[in-house]
Amino acid sequence: MTAPEPAFSESWHAQVFAVTVHLNETGRLDWSDWATAFGATLKRHGLDRSLNGGDDYFIAWLETLEDILAALGIAEAEELSRLKEAWAQAYLSTPHGAPVRLAHPS
Amino acid sequence: MPHDHSDHPHSLLPPDPALRVKALETLLTRKGLVDPAALDVIIDTYENKIGPRNGARVVAKAWRDPAFRQALLEDATPVVADLGYYGRQGEHVVVVENTAQTHNMVVCTLCSCYPWPLLGIPPAWYKSDAYRARAVREPRKVLQDFGVTLAENTAVRVWDSTAEVRYLVLPERPAGTEGLDEAELMALVTRDSMIGTGFPRTPDQAAP
Repeated sequence: MTAPEPAFSESWHAQVFAVTVHLNETGRLDWSDWATAFGATLKRHGLDRSLNGGDDYFIAWLETLEDILAALGIAEAEELSRLKEAWAQAYLSTPHGAPVRLAHPS
Repeated sequence: MPHDHSDHPHSLLPPDPALRVKALETLLTRKGLVDPAALDVIIDTYENKIGPRNGARVVAKAWRDPAFRQALLEDATPVVADLGYYGRQGEHVVVVENTAQTHNMVVCTLCSCYPWPLLGIPPAWYKSDAYRARAVREPRKVLQDFGVTLAENTAVRVWDSTAEVRYLVLPERPAGTEGLDEAELMALVTRDSMIGTGFPRTPDQAAP
């Protein structure tokens, strides 16, 4: 017997999954619309290579969510990119082993 | 780039998509659209509470109780909801029964629709292009890759899941399992047997 596979192989897979489910639970995201948009992203990504259902699957998932939220005016690409850079800086300036936190927005 | 952990001055930078998820989560939290505690509950649920054991319980009950089996095949959604298995991606569940004449297998050619409340999060192969494309085109070959060989005269029926309808395969009860109780039968039901890419274990293969 092999050990059961974990539901998520990376913690960010679990995070982006949970954000999506949460937005659906709180009525911001219709699940059928989600499935249609996600299916379209997977198809586009799979045109020139074969997706393995692991990291590439959740990268397509994330891209779909970013696109939907941008289209809804909920999360602008520019703002996301600024926050991403802030997180990268936070990692690079936090001593190894200490919890990484984002500096509060000024 | 080699990394030497022992004298690493700062935290390891997560991969790009992980940072993008952090950015998204931060923004949505600041806007009050996401509650980080709710995210933890969702993750805990899907990592620890929901999984193929739920589906295995449904199958074991159907094997033991003809009335339950009948109700399940007629309209599974309320029957599994009574057992507490409902919610996202389980809104409309259809149970398809394997027989000597027909073997059922489930795919989602669109993305990865899957009966979460019954089986948890799908495995990577279910989400792969290879499975999604080939399951419909050459199901017998795919089944062979999974080690499933069917009799010549057994028809294969492939069910394509949608965001609205999810399928669960009710596999055939293995021989020699008369008199087993529900828990013993559940131990024979594998995840793959409920997707149709495997058979249940036989009593001598039972998990310890």
